Amino acid sequence: MKRYTKTFFAFLFALIPVLAMAQIDGEFVKPRSGKFLLQNATVHTITNGVLQNTSILVEDGKIAQVGSGISAGDAEVIDCAGLVIYPGMIDSGTSLGLIEVSSVAETVDNQEIGNFTPNMQALTTVNPNSEAIPVTRVSGVTTVLTVPSGGLFPGTAALINLVGYTPDQMYAGAKAVVMNFPSSGRRGRWDRRSDEDIKKDNEKALKEANEFWDNALQYHQMTEKGATLDYYPEMAQLAKVVSGELPLLIQVNAAADIQSAIKWVEGKDTKVIFSGVAEGWRVADEIAKSGIPVITGPVQALPTRESDRYDAAYTNAGKMAKAGVKVALRTDDTENVRNLPFHAAFAAAFGLGKEEAWKAVTINPAEIWGLEDQLGSIEEGKIANLIVSTEDPFETKAQIMHVFINGYRIPLSNRHIRLYQEFLERSLGLEKTK
Amino acid sequence: MKKLSYFLAALVGMSMNYAIAQTPKGSVLIKNATVLTVTNGTHENTDVLVQDGIIKEIGQGIKAPNGVESIDASGKYVMPGIIDAHSHIALDVVNEATSPIVAEVRMKDVVNPYEIGIYRSLAGGVTMSHAMHGSANVVGGQNATLKHRWGMSDPADIIMQDAPRTIKFALGENPTRVHGRGRGIQPRSRMGVEAVLRNGFNEALQYKKAWEDYTKAKSQKGNTDVAPAYNERLQTLADILDGKIIIHCHSYRADEIYMLINVAKDFGISKLVFQHTNEGFKVAPEIAEYTMGASVFADWWAYKFEVYYSTAFNAAILQKNGVITSINSDDAELIRHLYHEAAKTQRYGGLTDDEALAMITINPAKQLGVSDKVGSLEVGKQADIAIFEGHPLSSYTIPQMTFVDGVKYFDINSDENDQRQRVSPTEMVEPIMISQETAHRCMQDTEHLFETAEALFQMHQH
Repeated sequence: MKRYTKTFFAFLFALIPVLAMAQIDGEFVKPRSGKFLLQNATVHTITNGVLQNTSILVEDGKIAQVGSGISAGDAEVIDCAGLVIYPGMIDSGTSLGLIEVSSVAETVDNQEIGNFTPNMQALTTVNPNSEAIPVTRVSGVTTVLTVPSGGLFPGTAALINLVGYTPDQMYAGAKAVVMNFPSSGRRGRWDRRSDEDIKKDNEKALKEANEFWDNALQYHQMTEKGATLDYYPEMAQLAKVVSGELPLLIQVNAAADIQSAIKWVEGKDTKVIFSGVAEGWRVADEIAKSGIPVITGPVQALPTRESDRYDAAYTNAGKMAKAGVKVALRTDDTENVRNLPFHAAFAAAFGLGKEEAWKAVTINPAEIWGLEDQLGSIEEGKIANLIVSTEDPFETKAQIMHVFINGYRIPLSNRHIRLYQEFLERSLGLEKTK
Repeated sequence: MKKLSYFLAALVGMSMNYAIAQTPKGSVLIKNATVLTVTNGTHENTDVLVQDGIIKEIGQGIKAPNGVESIDASGKYVMPGIIDAHSHIALDVVNEATSPIVAEVRMKDVVNPYEIGIYRSLAGGVTMSHAMHGSANVVGGQNATLKHRWGMSDPADIIMQDAPRTIKFALGENPTRVHGRGRGIQPRSRMGVEAVLRNGFNEALQYKKAWEDYTKAKSQKGNTDVAPAYNERLQTLADILDGKIIIHCHSYRADEIYMLINVAKDFGISKLVFQHTNEGFKVAPEIAEYTMGASVFADWWAYKFEVYYSTAFNAAILQKNGVITSINSDDAELIRHLYHEAAKTQRYGGLTDDEALAMITINPAKQLGVSDKVGSLEVGKQADIAIFEGHPLSSYTIPQMTFVDGVKYFDINSDENDQRQRVSPTEMVEPIMISQETAHRCMQDTEHLFETAEALFQMHQH
């Protein structure tokens, strides 16, 4: 009897793992690394022209080789005949990972209390498992700047690649302290301040900004000289900007504000990048003269003034580029960063041109972020951020066939795709409908 | 007495005719274009002749009649004017948020023909929009169907007078937030939303019966019955029950969509269109079976919790399940590139050109009850036409000219800097609007009902 019991329990134990597994159907596809050969594609390198019948070898997360007749060896071969390959797109202004559902406060982590909080780190709060990340990367956007918002100095933005399980795995190697330049424009129809009040608020904010800056300069000079100062993390962070260790990302839009921002920057020994720049076309020559690079967008946006031409926002990037400004694009979005290629297409059609529009989402932002040796083009030695598409990925009917980020082959799946798979043909049709 | 009322009726009728006759009608011959009829295939090197605001002929080698301007559209694409089934442009106010049912309110009373948004939408090939009440109420106000005749000063001249009546309904987060959470009255939940609807329609049935009883009694000799009190709100609900008004219902979740279908069935209502319908794909067979379809965003999601479980493949799933599907804007910016929004159904679900184009032309026309008049390039239809450089479904396309009733209201070659029709004399300096907040108006005028102003600033309000 005892033996039977033993056998019975042994049988039960043997069943346990099987039972546990029986509750899960199917296999989950994860991003996976390895050696991949993308064979016989039309390769748009961005920096070295268009290469026909060219293959790309991806190894150790890098673009190991670009050329024809590369031997596959032990690499997994992906036939790309008839397909086009571009470098992954970079969106230099998003809230990706910081906001999940914008109207649910519990899921909004991009704003802190206070006007002077440059030490708030966007990278800390990036949620690597945000639903919006897999939704974004299957469109070919592989790298984004994620930006805190709020007060005058709301925090520090970080550039991330859209693969990884921790913020550090995602971090792409560039940060910038954000400044919301005091605005003389209205923030929307709910902004019912009088013109005088707006002017006063603007002057007050600029005065505050100058005080912060001067204090940071002092803080930096004193620490340089070896002084031990009280713990002041806000100053310590801004001091990194003052000293040139971190760039300053100035968000500025109205023409008059752009002009005063250019003036404000003069004489400061800091690397400055403008972001937004909705009215840049009005003062494009002055921006070009200042040499400050610009991240502009969204392109699909209304003109800032009722008297403007309907296409003021569409043509903005093109007009600035023509004046000699280095232009990169942003969506200023969270869940629809996937539309970056379409913003770029609109900019291209309305004056920027296709080639410049591609640069504005690849090599230009890579240069702005000081990562031109790693990102923004298809060159040997660069990080393998690649998209394989049936045609120009700016076109809506293009189908993105493969995406590589940091050399990881990205599964072409996300909530949107899974819902499509489940609901295109429901297994229960109209049964039991009243 | 009777004679007098006949006379008055005639007078009213005449003045209405006069009003309709007043809107401009144009004649034009568009030559050598690729003509995308939407309902009748695509024709290369084809001409479209318009006379007095009506499409007279589509074919090759048409000669321009005397005095009719001829436009060379070689290499260009001609398509029906785009129709936006959900918009809030050209409206001075959007929400009458004071009660869960405000069926008596009419958007035609707040139409603003001067709004620059009309011109900007014309610059995106849009010739018609459905100017809707907001989504603060379970039963909102009656909408206005607009024709974008830019430059008119009488609001009546941009209203499509021969379009049927439509009314706004709204389910889910917006009405429960405004009334339940904001004011402490039903509905606070989706259960309450159903109750508000059923209570309203039952009251309307009683109201209808009271009037029917009175009318019957009145015909009896010596009858002294007093007429029931007239109630515009209940009368409007009764008109819905009588099939005189098309419901356009703001909705997101599958459960609430299914609920309204059941309510509609119980009350014998069949003129029903769902708006937004982000989870429509989950109940696509039910929507296809019973309603006039769904009008959806191409890819908007996650801006509020009830749209978190959305998919950009929604339009394609609905279409492939037989739902009449349109793509709308609900937004003063998005309305300018609905052709591009429609094209996204090719990225997300691989729809054909005709299927994608139908979503911004003939399908919204069906949902607004005007598909016999507009929504495709067919002989006899009103000449609402858009001309594009590049195929309208390409990301690089640029709209060139837009016609309403054969009159050209947008031409990229004569587009001047300042297109405003009226400048406010009280504004010293033109305001600069930096944020996109201006575009989102579905919950406009309900600001005071929210806990904090800050919360509102962060929110999209669809």
